[in-house]
Amino acid sequence: MGTYTWAVILGLFYGFLSRLTMLKTDFRQYPTYHHGKVIHLSLGFIAAALGALAVPALLEKNYTAVTFLALAAQQFRDVRNMERETLSRLDQNELVPRGSAYIENIAMIFESRNYIVIFTALLVSLVTISIEKTWGTVWGTLLGFISGGLLLLINQKMLCAYHVEDLADVTVGHVDVHQADIWVDGIYIMNVGLKANQEIIKARAVGIVIHPHDLTAQVTLSNLGQRQAILHDASTILGVYRDTGEPALVPLIKRNLTDGRIGVFLLPEEKDVEKARRVVAKVAILESALRLPMKASARRRAL
Amino acid sequence: MDRQTWVGSILAVITTQKERVQGGAPIFIVDNLDELEKLSFTLEKILDAEVHALNQETYIVVRHG
Repeated sequence: MGTYTWAVILGLFYGFLSRLTMLKTDFRQYPTYHHGKVIHLSLGFIAAALGALAVPALLEKNYTAVTFLALAAQQFRDVRNMERETLSRLDQNELVPRGSAYIENIAMIFESRNYIVIFTALLVSLVTISIEKTWGTVWGTLLGFISGGLLLLINQKMLCAYHVEDLADVTVGHVDVHQADIWVDGIYIMNVGLKANQEIIKARAVGIVIHPHDLTAQVTLSNLGQRQAILHDASTILGVYRDTGEPALVPLIKRNLTDGRIGVFLLPEEKDVEKARRVVAKVAILESALRLPMKASARRRAL
Repeated sequence: MDRQTWVGSILAVITTQKERVQGGAPIFIVDNLDELEKLSFTLEKILDAEVHALNQETYIVVRHG
């Protein structure tokens, strides 16, 4: 085996493995099954190869390796743009769209995961080579394995996002149909004129109320992109009792301005209120929606 | 008026009280509340827009966003 063989193999292995462990096809079906997964894993493999080869290339005074990394960053940004465009076009065919903020979140996470793969492969390769030079191949390989395992654990930690239940209490609300006005626990939702639609809503609608814990939660959950994401995720799991040509039967989410509560109005295929409550509680907070007004220095000065 | 600043546009008005409505949108006058419901339902499906009740006698069909 050559001087850098173990470094490259371990870098490639752990880089690819980190992408594999970060790939979750869950109820949100992104990436889409089979072919979508192949695209993500292939790009992950390329990123792992770049990361693994960067350190040996630089040690051999082949400084064009840095150019390749810059090229790779450009490529991953282009792929992110492609993902965004594809998801945006497909969003037009959804009964309850994701919204541009959710799509942007997905595209950004996609790009960032490729960079995480590059760094993982690079770090494992660097550790292996450094230890090999001092203590020999056996120790270098062993510590390469250990560092790879540690980095995988760190990557899993980075996957953890906030959920709605971390910022607010989520309770089941009561849907009131008062003539044409629809309310969820005193939060006004909308006006539905036709009696046929009112009857459908009385029979099938589910109301959920989100009570933010503090100002941070209130500002974050008020974000329109975040609210649309809640509706999309809830409708994906619970189904939605609507079709094109049924504009009145639309899930909505409205804010009560006096107390900051948020009313979620859903029309699931199956009326299970506790399941709906759990689903809404588990919706991830979008990175673009997260606000931290409590940490703003202006606010601290005011206090 | 710049159309982009409109949140929704009224596509039609259906009412039993012809003396209380006028304006640019198509107005449909009906004889009773049953006919109001039936016509509003038909217009909702044709226009793919939402029917809102201003009061018991007057419905509007609105295209949102």
